[in-house]
Amino acid sequence: MKKSIEKILQNRELNLVGLIIILLILVTIRSPRFLELRNVERIVNDTAILIMVAAGQFLVILTGGIDLSVGSTIAFSGMAASMLNEAYPAMPVYLILLIGVLVGTALGAFNGSCVAFGKIPPIITTLGTMSIFRGFTFVLSKGQWVTAHEMTSAYTMIPRGRLFGIPNLTTWAIFIFIIMYYFVKYTRHGREIYAIGGNKTAAHFVGVSEKKVNFMVFTISGALCGLAGVMWTARYAAAVNETATGFELQTVAACVLGGVSIAGGSGTITGVLLGALFLGIINNALPVVNLSPFYQMAIQGFIVLAAIVANVLMEQRNEKKLLNRRRQ
Amino acid sequence: MKKTILELKDIAKYFPGIKALDNVDFTIRTGEVHALIGENGAGKSTLVKIMTGVYQPTKGKILMEGSEVHFGTAHDAQAAGVAAIHQEASMFTELTVTENIFMGHHLRKKGGTLDWKAMRQHTQELLDRLELDINPDTLIKNLGTAQRHMVEIAKALSVDAQLVIMDEPTSALSLHEVEELYKIIRQLKDEGKAIVFISHKFDEIFEICDYFTVFRDGQYIGEGEVATSSVDEIVKMMVGRSLGHMFPKKEAAIGEAVLDVKGLSLPGFFKNVSFTLHKGEILGFFGLVGAGRSEVMRTIFGIDKKSEGTIVLNGHEIHISSPRLAMQRGIAYVPEDRQEQGAILEMSLSHNITLPQIDKISPFGVLNKKTEKTITEEFGNKMEIKAANWKVNANTLSGGNQQKVVLAKWLATDPDILILDEPTKGIDVATKAAVHEFVSEMAAAGLAVILVSSELPEVLGMADRIVVMHEGHVSKVLNRDEANSDNVILAATGHEEGM
Amino acid sequence: MSDKLKHVSQSRLINETSFKERLIETVTKWEFILIVLFAGVVIFFSNASPYFLNYFNLMNTTFNFMEKAIMALPMIFVIMCGDIDISVASILALSSFAMGHASAAGAGTPEIILIGLCVGMVCGIFNGLLITGLKIPAIAVTLGSQSLFRGISQAILGDQAYTQYPESFAYFGQGYVGDTLIPFELVLFLILAAVMGFILHKTSYGRKLYAVGNSATAARFSGVPVARIRFTNMVLNGLFAGIAAVLLTSRIGSTRPNIANGWDMEAITLVVLGGVSISGGKGNIFGVIIAIFLLGYLKFGMGLLNISARSMIIITGFLLIAAVLIPEMLGRFKAKRKLMKQQA
Repeated sequence: MKKSIEKILQNRELNLVGLIIILLILVTIRSPRFLELRNVERIVNDTAILIMVAAGQFLVILTGGIDLSVGSTIAFSGMAASMLNEAYPAMPVYLILLIGVLVGTALGAFNGSCVAFGKIPPIITTLGTMSIFRGFTFVLSKGQWVTAHEMTSAYTMIPRGRLFGIPNLTTWAIFIFIIMYYFVKYTRHGREIYAIGGNKTAAHFVGVSEKKVNFMVFTISGALCGLAGVMWTARYAAAVNETATGFELQTVAACVLGGVSIAGGSGTITGVLLGALFLGIINNALPVVNLSPFYQMAIQGFIVLAAIVANVLMEQRNEKKLLNRRRQ
Repeated sequence: MKKTILELKDIAKYFPGIKALDNVDFTIRTGEVHALIGENGAGKSTLVKIMTGVYQPTKGKILMEGSEVHFGTAHDAQAAGVAAIHQEASMFTELTVTENIFMGHHLRKKGGTLDWKAMRQHTQELLDRLELDINPDTLIKNLGTAQRHMVEIAKALSVDAQLVIMDEPTSALSLHEVEELYKIIRQLKDEGKAIVFISHKFDEIFEICDYFTVFRDGQYIGEGEVATSSVDEIVKMMVGRSLGHMFPKKEAAIGEAVLDVKGLSLPGFFKNVSFTLHKGEILGFFGLVGAGRSEVMRTIFGIDKKSEGTIVLNGHEIHISSPRLAMQRGIAYVPEDRQEQGAILEMSLSHNITLPQIDKISPFGVLNKKTEKTITEEFGNKMEIKAANWKVNANTLSGGNQQKVVLAKWLATDPDILILDEPTKGIDVATKAAVHEFVSEMAAAGLAVILVSSELPEVLGMADRIVVMHEGHVSKVLNRDEANSDNVILAATGHEEGM
Repeated sequence: MSDKLKHVSQSRLINETSFKERLIETVTKWEFILIVLFAGVVIFFSNASPYFLNYFNLMNTTFNFMEKAIMALPMIFVIMCGDIDISVASILALSSFAMGHASAAGAGTPEIILIGLCVGMVCGIFNGLLITGLKIPAIAVTLGSQSLFRGISQAILGDQAYTQYPESFAYFGQGYVGDTLIPFELVLFLILAAVMGFILHKTSYGRKLYAVGNSATAARFSGVPVARIRFTNMVLNGLFAGIAAVLLTSRIGSTRPNIANGWDMEAITLVVLGGVSISGGKGNIFGVIIAIFLLGYLKFGMGLLNISARSMIIITGFLLIAAVLIPEMLGRFKAKRKLMKQQA
């Protein structure tokens, strides 16, 4: 009995599930309507974009890197797709979606090339491209916005449509999650990401190419940002130059909350999903418990710090126990 | 029938500014255990990396079963049937045993999906074959040093290899595990596989190997049958001279006790370690890799924190919580890993040498170039460091000279107790002899020296007394005149406790 | 290359120090490239606009980048040790908020400044304790505290702003030294840069910074108190963010929660552009100072030519990547040349 409790305590995902349940109970006590199906659906839908982008960020962090350019990549590809929609209203929206993804992929591939072939540390590369892509967004849009009445309704319906009663945006997020789950667990390339993040020398010894993996993770992250860019602009029916500013930190926070090691080599996509949902619930719970939305940032920061500290303390405890068990 | 499987012809590997290998010929035959012999720095590891595709040769040819091959990545070599147990810890500590064994050549189902079930089963079979009681789902970080090495061996066996390269596979294994390994090697040999075996221990080479090739300073020196050669012949080829003056031990008057360690423990690393160190004495510490010797030294130097026990220095109990305090008490520690812990490679020699006492020699915290220069020159020259000037970075020096820099830096602090952790690991013979001579002189001058070493001849040749450790315990303490290679090895592998 | 230099005896090393080699070494130094770029900027804009080489303009435009420049100074120490701090702009916001709050409660100029500096330092202590006490990577800690610090000011201030400050408070961000046309901010920056440069290059603390940055392990084994140094760096970073808060709040005369948003990245950009290696251990203060004025005057010149500020962020981004890419490429080129010589 004690052992199984111990095991649950050591499992990051179960911990997070527990935390989410406690949080939901607390909020529901204050406002019983919080757990109504419609509200739950809204929370998940609100978090869907974060889940997609955090999934890409997750791969990058697994290698020990970081992608600070996700917000700017979203803005650029979202702007490109919206302007395309405005200029050619007749173009099929799923072609626009594809183009948006391709634009994001190209930007991600640029990051990947800088890191893999230029040997520029990920933090520097993406700090640079964060500015560059944002700047390009302004250049592309000439500072103008694409507003709701300039978009076709087909475009704005991409995330809003429903399949089996589930909003498309949520379906997309679930789809990405499943693909990503399969990718990191059941494909060779997915496992190679863990190898590079865990021990570069050892990875080299077994023939895993660091260049290839680095290029791949940034490209995937870019592709997901491209998708997110289309979703974002369509959902809010506006493409502005400041779209998704600061979003990179939210995605990193979701990963860190989900137990992904910032040093690379360990973490699961399930954890990332839960981390993102946790952030989403907090954001949606604030108005319910009568806290002004201005509290959101402080609470988010506090939670991220608390999660990291709790994680570190738990790990240190485990390590001590492990050492005590060895060589009695 | 022995036939040639892998042939290296006129191989060279240059790095900017260095020739790591030059004019190397090397032939491996099936059904044969081939010993690759050479001192640290002779180029063995570079050669292994070329054979396994980790490095590509600057020039020369690799022939596999007669036809020329090109190993662009480790993957290519593996596909051609070359597997290796690398000397450096090459494990993914956050992943399971199964995954570590199959990383780089995961088993897949038809559609390309990884077949975890098959991999797990295969791992279990490998572990059974090695008589290891490890769950395939265990994370590597939860295994001890010896178990990790056994998993490395299992990993090499998981590839259906024609040629298995083993780079010092026994350095952390117990006697029993070594026997298991020998059994496996003989099995592989009978199956007609080729094995390259790298070891520093001659008893191992004579026990298990058939043929040997010797390297020195990146060049091929010679080869021969193990059965018809003697240790002396091989050593001569290795070092280019005989061993007579390797251990210039001087008689020193052993004085009063300066350091008295009682019941020292650090959970997970060592338990109840006690010993006494005297003035003018060289106290050897011997044991297998992972026996806990370095951890004891690190604890005395204030890097790790002890959980129990007392450290008495010159009759007073002391509590050392940081290297800085240890330094103030007159303790100096030349660490095990010169590149990581000893020297700061991208800093100049002068900055390296003055670093431990930089606060002391900087009035009000302001650097004093003149004092720095005086200290650097005094101790740099004393150690006979060979360098263009004192401003070059430490990484431009050879391993031996880097070690001299680390020694100089600690001598400059004027210590009473000098702890040397593997001071001659990976340095050339000439420097090795110089270090030995110097240690001997320092002890004769009244310094108390602790010499931690994995090289038995070094401990036997240099130490006044030998503390042997096994799995975190002191298994035996031997005087110079009663110690020999047999009783030390037995104590180190846990076959003779007590006394 | 250091790992490849392992275990090689001296006789196999090839030495070369001809004049040509040394010349190549000099012109490929990053500081040299920065100076050439800076000269290029000055020459180009003084030809393109008659208003560029104007003493008054050159002085006044420094108001626009001195606060960031001051934040970049301790960031050199932080990055030198292999850490990073992405919370400095949030510290500035919280510190500015505290000053506004104090001012609204009727505090005088000295009290306001003291409060601003103290809040900055406390934030730095908070970061430092988490990083060195619990051994959490600096990026993770400051990611959280970035939201926390700015979030606190946002939670309380909401969409309001503090705009009431004592008259004498305006001097720090708007005043000139004596009767000259030299801004107080510029003079303060130069003094602080001199102090920090002295610490970095002429004191034992500076030496230890380089040691920690190159190899924290080896530094610890040499008796360098690594944790204490990294902690001190974070506190300095907080303190300087407090100083920047005083200047910026005084200059714009108001405090909003979004004050100085994104400035942490700008401070980091200045440091990396100045040639300090993000992995620690390399760099000097001169490179960073050149980078500060290079970017500042580039922005000013482009403003004179009516080029939008948006193009500026593109140029900054590319410069940042170039700052790492060019030395990397030059290094590879040099290594290749050496290898070719050996084979010949």
